[in-house]
Amino acid sequence: MMPGADAQTWRFRSPKQHLMRWTGWFWLIALTVFCWNLMTENTIWAFVADAPRQASDIGGRMLPPRWGYLSDLWQPLWDTLNIATLGTLIGVIIAIPVAFLAAGNTTPSRHFVRPLALLIIVTSRSINSLIWALLLVAIIGPGLLAGIIAIALRSVGFVAKLLYEAIEEIDENQVEAIRATGASGIQVIDYGIVPQILPAFCGISVFRWDINIRESTILGLVGAGGLGLQLQSSLSTLAWNQVTVIFLVILATVIASEWVSAKVRQAVL
Amino acid sequence: MSGEVTSSRTWKRPPVLLKNPAWRWTILSGTAIYLFLAISSVEVDWFRVYEGLERGWRFIQGFLTPDFSSRWRDIQTGLIESLTMTLTSTVAGVLISVPIGIGAARNLAPAPVYMICRSIITVSRSFQEIIIAILLVAMFGFGPFAGFLTLTFASIGFLSKLLAEEIEDCDSAQIEAIRATGAGWWQVINYAIQPQVMPRLIGLSLYRLDINFRESSVIGIVGAGGVGATLNTAIDRYEYDSAGAILIIIIAIVLVVEYSSSYIRRWVQ
Amino acid sequence: MLELKALSKTYKTGDRALSDISFSVPAGQVVGLIGPSGAGKSSLIRCINRLVEPSSGSVCLGETELTTLNGRALRQARRRIGMIFQEYALVERLTVMENVLSGRLGYVSGWRSFLRRYPQTDIDQAFGLLDRVGLSEHYNKRADELSGGQRQRVGIARALEQNPELLLADEPTASLDPKTSRQIMRLIQSVCREMNLPAIINIHDVVLAQNFADRIIGLQAGQVVFDGLPSALSHDALTRIYGAEDWDQVQQNNESQNDEVQLSNTRVPERS
Repeated sequence: MMPGADAQTWRFRSPKQHLMRWTGWFWLIALTVFCWNLMTENTIWAFVADAPRQASDIGGRMLPPRWGYLSDLWQPLWDTLNIATLGTLIGVIIAIPVAFLAAGNTTPSRHFVRPLALLIIVTSRSINSLIWALLLVAIIGPGLLAGIIAIALRSVGFVAKLLYEAIEEIDENQVEAIRATGASGIQVIDYGIVPQILPAFCGISVFRWDINIRESTILGLVGAGGLGLQLQSSLSTLAWNQVTVIFLVILATVIASEWVSAKVRQAVL
Repeated sequence: MSGEVTSSRTWKRPPVLLKNPAWRWTILSGTAIYLFLAISSVEVDWFRVYEGLERGWRFIQGFLTPDFSSRWRDIQTGLIESLTMTLTSTVAGVLISVPIGIGAARNLAPAPVYMICRSIITVSRSFQEIIIAILLVAMFGFGPFAGFLTLTFASIGFLSKLLAEEIEDCDSAQIEAIRATGAGWWQVINYAIQPQVMPRLIGLSLYRLDINFRESSVIGIVGAGGVGATLNTAIDRYEYDSAGAILIIIIAIVLVVEYSSSYIRRWVQ
Repeated sequence: MLELKALSKTYKTGDRALSDISFSVPAGQVVGLIGPSGAGKSSLIRCINRLVEPSSGSVCLGETELTTLNGRALRQARRRIGMIFQEYALVERLTVMENVLSGRLGYVSGWRSFLRRYPQTDIDQAFGLLDRVGLSEHYNKRADELSGGQRQRVGIARALEQNPELLLADEPTASLDPKTSRQIMRLIQSVCREMNLPAIINIHDVVLAQNFADRIIGLQAGQVVFDGLPSALSHDALTRIYGAEDWDQVQQNNESQNDEVQLSNTRVPERS
């Protein structure tokens, strides 16, 4: 890296690369500034300047937490857990066939079935579970069922995407060996593919369950049951000291579910 | 295992998980009981669901024949808010998470800094974007500025955590080699860490851009700007064809972002 | 009895892997298939059990023409052909026993194989084969806990569990050290003798092929350029197969190494 004896100059990058890099950065900054101006066009800065006062005001109302409210939260908490668990279960069950149809090495048809499966995956992934819940509440009415289906629909894409990537990464030799014994299609999947993807599958499912616990805590905001319903009613009555209790319950649930999911993943992998 | 060489040996597959039979039965029966309780606690108004099927069918029709024009102005404003929020919050998130990520890497940061950075990450990761948005909307008023803050805050937890893990995984031999040349702390970062981490950081930022866009379409439901508010109104008014149009746009943008980010990632590496 | 007639394979990319291959293998004969990398050895073996689709020609196993079979009939033909793979190709996360029993997949129904409830005769046979290959202690171990040589023994047991009429082996020793290679080849050879089983062993170690095969077929650029007894494999023939090389020296080196291995049990890391 040192200049040689004949005083060769050393440069980190060639001038052209340099130029490209700087233009890239320049456009990124220009675009960001442009977006910032566009976004804050209608922002009322007086409100923003007022934020610290608002924050201290809300903070003052949030404390002390109204601990008595805790007893009203056990049932919604149970509902939240059920939404997450049953939703994950249904989502995973739907995701398995979708993943096999989407994986390049197991799909029955590359040109018709695979794009369809990928479309299902991207649709499910692009739409947040809260939006799914919003739709389902409008369609089948408020309640746990809407929440469960919303979680399930969102999980399908997530699980199927990670699972089909796992299927595409399997060792084809093992599959070929099973095929060479004269096994049928189902048997090839059972002996050649399933053992290879099982750990990944368990890990993905538990991971999604963990995420779903978080998501199901807020689905109630749009009427799909669970803790979110309580949050919504406390917010609408400006009962900030109840909101604090709900936040703490959510925090505890999330930490507990993260711990469980880490343990299970450790045990499986 | 040995010594039982009789003419007919039986064989049963050993259990894959949970080798201990007592544990296996406890967990299996526990799961069964839980599922029973959980499913029985879901109250479903089947009549309401039946009624909803017709509405569901209308939604599917709306999705297939989307109406882009009649609410185009609302959709457009919402989309601009979403997109600008996405970009600015990702840029701000990356800028803030780089120092926090370095501070949260055990192999670089002194203990007190490490603790502080890790607790920032934990706080940011524990709460749903929606919950943060509720608080920030209460403080900063309705509009995309609160959304920008929400997404930035959420990005910090995500990016710093993954960045810190990436730095901790860095090849320690390279770090030592640079340190051995007598380099200072900044030089170690610049010469040993940055080259190893940079491609991954760019990949993560693009991934977060994708997530931020998807989130930006929801936080509007609680008033933090973006296309979510438009969607919420459309669904509330049962305008399924407009809702379908918005969902299609969201899916299309997610596809574009995903496709172009995989392209950029390949180009960077 | 296996008979190949005018077998050819051209890949979609236009590569002509095999052209006009014809030979037959009588019962009990062990054929060593040699040739440089890319000569089409692997394609040839896979065309026989149709893991690779031949472009033209015919493959007859006994009375059955294999190239026209489809679906169920193809699976029933495949179960008559045992195959041993280069990287063992065991299902690593299944137990040794499950791997051996997977040789019966072509015979048992889907639900039986799913529940791992194989007929008692299959299980007896599997235990017998594990005894035969010297792994009776390990039947409930996971395949990835075994060493390379042990894995290949499981691979052999799986192939034999099919009660095959023909054994195909694709570089069975390529990932093994010289001593284990010889043990594996000796095992394959002796099983074929016992069961009067014909075998085609695709192998790139000429000396191993000469030592353990009854007949050598040399492939070069997809064509048979040598077919005869191992002892007839002259320097001329080797040059036709592999191109010019100082064959005396190569063979001497190989033999001395192999002898040394047999005598002293030391591992020789590299073969010339």
